[in-house]
Amino acid sequence: MIDPDDATDSALEQRTRPSRRPLLLVAVAAAALIGFGFVLIGGLDENIVYFVTPTELLAKGSAAYDAPVRLGGQVAPGSVSWHADALDLRFRMTDGTGDVEVHSAVAPPQMFRDGIGVIVEGRLTRAGVFESDNLMVKHSNEYRAPPEGHAPEDVYRSLIREGAP
Amino acid sequence: MIRTLAGAAIVAALISAVLGTLAAVAGARLRRTTLVRAAERAVFANFWLMTLANLAMVYALVTHDFSVSYVAQVGSRSTPLFFTIISLWSALEGSILFWGWVLSAYTAAAVWLHRGRLGTLVPYATATMLAVAAFFFILLVGPANPFALVSPAPLDGPGPNPLLQNHILMAIHPPFLYLGYVGMTVPFAFAIGALLSGRLDAEWIRATRRWTVVAWAFLSLAIMLGMWWSYEVLGWGGYWAWDPVENASFMPWLTATAFLHSVMVEERRGMLKVWNLSLIIATFLLTILGTFLTRSGIVSSVHAFSEGPIGMYFLVFIVLVTVFSVALLAGRSSLLGGEGRLDSPVSRETAFLVNNLLLTAFTFTVLLGTLFPLVAEAFRGVKVSVGAPFFNRMTLPLIMGLLFLVGVGPALPWRRTPPGHLRERFLLPLVVALAVLGLSLALGSRDPYALLAFTFGGFALSVNLGEFVFGTRARMRAQGEAAPLALVRLVRSNSRRYGGFTAHIGVLLLAIGVAASSAGRVERQATLRAGESMSIEGYEVRLRNISAWEEPQRFVVAAHVDVLRGGEAIGGLDPRLNFYGGSDQPITTPAVRSRPHEDLYLTLIAFERDGSSATVAAVVEPLVGWIWVGGVIVFLGALLSAVPFERKRVVVGAAAEPLDPEADALETAGAAR
Repeated sequence: MIDPDDATDSALEQRTRPSRRPLLLVAVAAAALIGFGFVLIGGLDENIVYFVTPTELLAKGSAAYDAPVRLGGQVAPGSVSWHADALDLRFRMTDGTGDVEVHSAVAPPQMFRDGIGVIVEGRLTRAGVFESDNLMVKHSNEYRAPPEGHAPEDVYRSLIREGAP
Repeated sequence: MIRTLAGAAIVAALISAVLGTLAAVAGARLRRTTLVRAAERAVFANFWLMTLANLAMVYALVTHDFSVSYVAQVGSRSTPLFFTIISLWSALEGSILFWGWVLSAYTAAAVWLHRGRLGTLVPYATATMLAVAAFFFILLVGPANPFALVSPAPLDGPGPNPLLQNHILMAIHPPFLYLGYVGMTVPFAFAIGALLSGRLDAEWIRATRRWTVVAWAFLSLAIMLGMWWSYEVLGWGGYWAWDPVENASFMPWLTATAFLHSVMVEERRGMLKVWNLSLIIATFLLTILGTFLTRSGIVSSVHAFSEGPIGMYFLVFIVLVTVFSVALLAGRSSLLGGEGRLDSPVSRETAFLVNNLLLTAFTFTVLLGTLFPLVAEAFRGVKVSVGAPFFNRMTLPLIMGLLFLVGVGPALPWRRTPPGHLRERFLLPLVVALAVLGLSLALGSRDPYALLAFTFGGFALSVNLGEFVFGTRARMRAQGEAAPLALVRLVRSNSRRYGGFTAHIGVLLLAIGVAASSAGRVERQATLRAGESMSIEGYEVRLRNISAWEEPQRFVVAAHVDVLRGGEAIGGLDPRLNFYGGSDQPITTPAVRSRPHEDLYLTLIAFERDGSSATVAAVVEPLVGWIWVGGVIVFLGALLSAVPFERKRVVVGAAAEPLDPEADALETAGAAR
């Protein structure tokens, strides 16, 4: 497909010079690359965070303690205890079969409520409580009608009346 | 009507792209000027056809024509006009349509500026760009058709993704990103053209470098704007999370940055030809990979729209481009012998080589961290995430090395360093660096990486600023010019060089801003009743009240907060939650008090439904503003280095190089008309 004569329209001058320098350079670069590859794999090994459900977490037994994971499930209805003044949140996360008690020292987002899907990042302590560093409400970008009584107009009507600017 | 018109335009564009590709290749192989001219006409036709299709979409959006599938997907009668127009790029199909327009514009510009020059290189490059365009037009005709019929047409639509209509930056960040991303197609086409025509001379380097700089400038600005958007909208007080989408935009930036440096070695010393071509090809492949990651729905984010067959198209395209490029590189390796060699380990060349090694390692790290979760899920069936700890641990040493080089590299001469040179050039920067280190320690900074970043940053800033000072002084002495005039003339005399230093200064400001704001970040949360306050870093944040109101497209809840310092009110901030389209999922809208030395950043996390209390997060971050300023300086510096000031376009090889003798006659005839 490539016409060798094409080369003639280049102003390029070919020079083939026997030399060991480039070979050495390539060898050094390759060694550096392989070394760096090992460092990378090591770094990955130590910093991967697995995504698990409560059942999967509990199935790990004592191996689950103090290992950073992302835990995903639903907020068990009626289990939420939130002390706004102390910024202390406790709830049970369930996936239908297993459930884990979660504690967080940061405020839950506005959408947080019974039954909603959440993901927490953190680790299971030896006391059997999951200490969360970060809590995210799971939501989809596709629009879905909010459940009964949760449309913003319904919920915040009182605010409009009282605090209109 | 509008659907038929736009659909026809896209199909016509596809046909003309395919025919144009064939004509350009045939014209270059058979040396037929008429065929090459036909391909050029296809390029310009494509530009007008894509312009038409994009205008048709904007028209359909503005007139709320919900029979057009894309409008039914992202349109809404309640969305303000401005956000309706920019929703052109707020979902998959529209963004591919816009991509097609940007690509056709770049192709037209490149062909217009280079036609009739560089021998058969330009026809081959034209063919490459048209082939890439054909791929995107296939997407538009098939899996990403924005003009599909919706029947019966709905009366109203859901509107664009709330996150994308919450901030003005959404109007600016995506177009710049496209200009950067798509712009990398031009240097790629020139690389393929060079390989096919066997022409890798100085003019090839000049043209390719300039197009890369232009795309790089836009990409740099777009990445910074994306960080800024994340900061202003997402409400966590950060701007970079090593999210796959951020990584996707960052990887081609890294390889393009490597190219912009190593191409200078090729220019000066004739070395690294294969390497430079590989970097350009890698940059283009990474832009396509990034588009695949963000558009296929394989990673979830605000950029990933929905799952569909489109991912397969991208994978096939990536494989085809990779195989073709590697085969071409291998087949042409005889052309690519190096001419020069390294003379000394302490030289500008070595600095560039190390720079390239670090940037390549950086790219590999980001690529591995980004793809690993996908690979793990595909092959081992486990869901894992590779988060900031991995990226920070792996890349911070590389970043420190790069910061060191930004300081050392510009001051090193080519080939070898004469004795005494280092002391002369580095004494003052060293003093500055130590002073910065002392100051940082005195201000309480203890993070080792932040301290290193400040020290190297101070060193490199004084070296790069020093280039301007020395040059200006020399001119003042030699020409007797006043300082401002000498500075302007200095920059104009070698805008490429001084544009480069300007970009360095921008990158350094950005790096210092990132180091300071991540190491010095302080965050507090509190649930406040009206009149209550929390204190953070000398600020007192006091909740006045909460209010809510309805706007046509959204419902707003705002906390009104007074900020005090030393008992004196210094301003008010209103962090908000916006609810779009009846969704109960609020979009946080932080309120930021930005000052050169630090930002106070407030987010409304939650509120009591009766308005009695609000949970507010407050973050204080030093020097965040430097990041945005640095990003703009990088952009301006890069543009400066792309603009030829004194050396007009009459440089070497500017004379048209006809493919065949007839062409001369054609050219003359064309000129006469």
